[in-house]
Amino acid sequence: MTVNSVCERLDLEVLNLADGEREILGVYAGDLLSWVMGHANESDVLVTIMSNINTLAVASLLDLSCVILAESSEPDPGFVETAQSKEINVFRSKLTTYEICVELSRMLEE
Amino acid sequence: MDNAAPLEFHFNVDGKDFTSAGEASVEVKKILRRIGLDSEAIRRVSIAMYEAEINMVIHAGGGEADVSVSPDKITLVMTDHGPGIADIELAMREGYSTAPDNIRSLGFGAGMGLPNIKRYTDELKIESEVGKGTKITMSVNI
Repeated sequence: MTVNSVCERLDLEVLNLADGEREILGVYAGDLLSWVMGHANESDVLVTIMSNINTLAVASLLDLSCVILAESSEPDPGFVETAQSKEINVFRSKLTTYEICVELSRMLEE
Repeated sequence: MDNAAPLEFHFNVDGKDFTSAGEASVEVKKILRRIGLDSEAIRRVSIAMYEAEINMVIHAGGGEADVSVSPDKITLVMTDHGPGIADIELAMREGYSTAPDNIRSLGFGAGMGLPNIKRYTDELKIESEVGKGTKITMSVNI
């Protein structure tokens, strides 16, 4: 599944779209960024409520396919600009982390 | 790169702004990619360096990072002049942290930094003196 297909299916709000054709290989959910840092895999989607600029540093270093901010989490000032300059796919959803993960799990199984 | 002298890079880690922590790691990742190293080795180096950078910003007001790439390994030396670590064994324990609450609210300071560094590197040496600073030497085999 691609970033575009997830965006469409979950009706995500686009905060920054850098590469919609990027392939998604897995899903990781978590808000403790140092834990995410140690456990998420390359090309995962990260589902989190943590919307500070460090989230983007983690996404960039791990080469995640995209970040989905859950529960309409409000990004810090400069967040979107940083996502643009680092070319990171970032979306936002009203759904909870759990609800997003359930839907992503269904998509991964299809 | 056989028989070549190691490639060396030097970075200053700005200690004033927590949100910019990671800039040196992202830069190193770019350089290592350009050299064409194995992506898993790059990933491990990036994670270890980022955690060390975060530690420097939280505890030591910044510091310096030296990266050296030889044919068989990538070595990172992170040096700061912060408060030092009184009990290194305790600091290595997962979950032990002395980070302030504002750092925790940003998703860090949970006592995962040094354990993550250990997990992702092949060698790790911590030299620290209370009141003087800390030097962390770590390497990832290629």
